[in-house]
Amino acid sequence: MSNSGSASLKVEGLTRRFSGLTAVDNVSFEVPPGAIHALIGPNGAGKTTTFNMIAGALKPTSGDVTLDGHSLVGKRPDEICRAGVGRTFQVVRPFKDITVTDNVAVGALSWTNDMAAARRYALDMLELLGLADKRGALPGSITLPDRKCLEVARALATKPKLLLLDEVMAGLRPTETDRMVATFRRLNEETGVTIVLIEHVMRAVMALSHHVVVLNYGKVIAEGTPEEVTRNPDVLACYLGAEELS
Amino acid sequence: MIARLTDGLPPRALALLAAFAFVMAAVPFFASDYVLSVLIISLYFAFVGQAWNLMLGFAGQLSLGHALFVGIGAYTSAALFTHFGINPWVGVVAAIALSTLMGCIIGYLGFRFSIRGVYFALLTIAFAEFTGIMVDNSAWLGGSAGLFLPVKNAGSIDLFNLRGPPTLFYYLILVLTGGALVLCRFLLNSKLGLYWQAIRDDQEAAEAAGVPLFRYKMIAVAISSALTGVAGVWYAFYYNNLFPESTFATGRSVELILGTVVGGVGTLFGPILGAFILTPLGELLTALTSSLQIDGIKTFFWGFCVVAIVLFRPSGVWPWLAGLLKLDGRGADGGGR
Repeated sequence: MSNSGSASLKVEGLTRRFSGLTAVDNVSFEVPPGAIHALIGPNGAGKTTTFNMIAGALKPTSGDVTLDGHSLVGKRPDEICRAGVGRTFQVVRPFKDITVTDNVAVGALSWTNDMAAARRYALDMLELLGLADKRGALPGSITLPDRKCLEVARALATKPKLLLLDEVMAGLRPTETDRMVATFRRLNEETGVTIVLIEHVMRAVMALSHHVVVLNYGKVIAEGTPEEVTRNPDVLACYLGAEELS
Repeated sequence: MIARLTDGLPPRALALLAAFAFVMAAVPFFASDYVLSVLIISLYFAFVGQAWNLMLGFAGQLSLGHALFVGIGAYTSAALFTHFGINPWVGVVAAIALSTLMGCIIGYLGFRFSIRGVYFALLTIAFAEFTGIMVDNSAWLGGSAGLFLPVKNAGSIDLFNLRGPPTLFYYLILVLTGGALVLCRFLLNSKLGLYWQAIRDDQEAAEAAGVPLFRYKMIAVAISSALTGVAGVWYAFYYNNLFPESTFATGRSVELILGTVVGGVGTLFGPILGAFILTPLGELLTALTSSLQIDGIKTFFWGFCVVAIVLFRPSGVWPWLAGLLKLDGRGADGGGR
């Protein structure tokens, strides 16, 4: 099991413009250490752009991101990773020509120089996500749900204090979703890792998150507990559709 | 150390490798001068191919100007030898320093300013071409008339100044090629190698998993250019003459990488296998058709081989052969990495 610990995340007035289009517009939210927050909203609401700014893949036009009070803005993605932020990609991005174990070992090498230790830890992570029997396979030969798990295993191997999950449940069957939800909940309880997830699968959002932030057209339009958010008329109007909530 | 290097290689692969090494070591005792010269060129291409493969095959950075590093290594050691009488064992240190410096300059420009893929390859071509032009206009380096190393008493071996018969250069390049193979195997199984492969496969994902892209790409270019610089020193002392247009030309850079492309980019044995396929067959073809006087038949043949490989075995001959002979212990796509 990873022994990462928790971190608090604070996003303040985060804004990103793409020549005229404001993809993320003055977004602020706070995630206390050990909490699980969900970021939801219709397609194009700016969720992934927000993630990219937190993880350093994209520079904010303005605003600040702090992890345990230290600003992450201006740091490179690999520095932010080693500062304790692990992320997955919405479209899976495995290293296609190295084994599943080595894919995960790359993440573990962010805190160790010992290859044997990195591979051992990678196996632990694969075990945790039910991928241990695929350890010697190449990513191209495993199923999409398995590749999603691989993406999570690689992020976990970096021993994150904050885990950013970008639609890891999309495309999974309900039983697989439930298993993934159980894994994250166990991880959160045992290691205290803070989790922010972007998710369209409401089943996962409702089951997992303590707090939900709703984005639409780059702005925060509502936030609160899952129950509060799903009762908010603005949210219903813009995005969810009443029947999905029953 | 030894155990780590051979770890994961099936016994039959080790046995085959040992047999190959033994045959190669014994060759000068029975081979003719002609066969020896063909093997010398094959080994040279295997060594340079290995160095180039480290950059593209391992770290995913395409260089089409590797003749630059051969040229820098060759001209540096040759100029020090002819002008100041500095022996090549000292000269090689200067050659490594200069070619690595040049590699780092190109790498810095490319990686700092995010020049990627074919644009990076264009940058390497540009540096090779303009360095060639500079040498062409330098009287001190012989200019376009060429730089010649003094040849004396070719019969005896002067190891200190690297003057001697082809056998000397054969063993030298054999040791270099073997050394490069061991080095690459070691690097590929280290943190460095795993980070390179991650960068090669997906640089954004690698960065998000904590890989400092710039540092690790720079290390790849530095090691690759240093090794290629060493090849340049050997080249200068073996051929004894250097001409800028034939040393730095893009055609030369392409020639250096053909073997690896055919053998298998990103594999350890691909550069060696490819060099030992292309060079002897090219020479054989030249010899067989010598009465017909067809200019450039070798180049035509090599071009044909590359097209065939790209069409039928895009990952190269080695992964296919290793799978066929069950040498990789993992199946066809493990490729003996």
